[in-house]
Amino acid sequence: MWRISRSTHGQRLIHVVSALPPFQVLIDEHAGDVMAVLRGAVGREGADDCFQETFMAALRAYPSLEDARNLRGWLITIAHRKAIDYHRARGRRPVPVAEVAEVAVEGPEPSDDGIWLAVGALPPKQRAAVTLRYAADLPHREIADALGCSPEAARRSLHEGIKRLRKELA
Amino acid sequence: MKAALDRLAKRAAEEQLLDVAYTSTDSPFGPLLLAITPKGLVRVGLPNQDRDELLVELAERVSPRVLEAPAALDEARRELDLYFDGKLDSFDLPIDWSLSDGFRLRVLRQIARIPYGETRSYTEMARGAGNERAVRAAGTACGKNPVPLVVPCHRVLRSGGALGNYGGGAPMKEGLLRLEGVLDESPRG
Repeated sequence: MWRISRSTHGQRLIHVVSALPPFQVLIDEHAGDVMAVLRGAVGREGADDCFQETFMAALRAYPSLEDARNLRGWLITIAHRKAIDYHRARGRRPVPVAEVAEVAVEGPEPSDDGIWLAVGALPPKQRAAVTLRYAADLPHREIADALGCSPEAARRSLHEGIKRLRKELA
Repeated sequence: MKAALDRLAKRAAEEQLLDVAYTSTDSPFGPLLLAITPKGLVRVGLPNQDRDELLVELAERVSPRVLEAPAALDEARRELDLYFDGKLDSFDLPIDWSLSDGFRLRVLRQIARIPYGETRSYTEMARGAGNERAVRAAGTACGKNPVPLVVPCHRVLRSGGALGNYGGGAPMKEGLLRLEGVLDESPRG
């Protein structure tokens, strides 16, 4: 979409305007992916809270978002930051025994959880790279953006992570 | 996922980030889209109107924070159900007029005062809005009414008594007038 305005000197200014879709569209199209990323990054237990935090942060920032071309990447990046916050908060806090017991009494997990458990055990950068690549299907460039590193470094983390997973799961 | 999304909508409302809440509701004429802001009912989409287009319009003209949140529209839905059952003749819903302004808004405020079961002409609406000769503009204001049913533009007819157009289609206008007892079995067309 285009919008044309006049500068103070009467020159025509052409802006590219990409209108923001209704927020519900983001939820309808990307909530499943965001949840998948979060389950990979923080596990089933923490994913629900991180999901709320992710979409609340997105909703807060949404009206002032300037570039609506990659809303999915934007959401996944927020989710990734929320996952980091979650791990930081847990790192500082001792895990209470009751929480371990709760996990044990939960019902059977879906079959691919074994993989995600192994992913959860990877070092942070590798875990993030693997999750963003396979749960969110992000290209290397966007993984790099989310991790704040170069595409080469992202590719390396991903490669190391997969190598390690192969060994763990073999 | 449903529980997570319900929780999200609830939290958004609590933290005043739910600028436009919407839902669908059934009517004898087909599904209606209802949208509400903290100020009041902002949009009623009729069955023949494209739901996605209405939502995009709300995102552009009111706020992009548009969320499906049925609970926010419980009262509106309840009153509409009663209306379609013939058990309610006056809506008690606050209206958010922000999608209309100027002459159109004045026409809509005139329409909002037409009592249940009565009709007025486009000319009367134009006169009431301050410009008797702007009959065609009054017709346009009816056609662009963002909150039909609640602002009863179906009660505005042509001067000769012909039904005139309706955003939801002529058969719906006829059906509503029949519901309100304005029309007998045979329409005046």
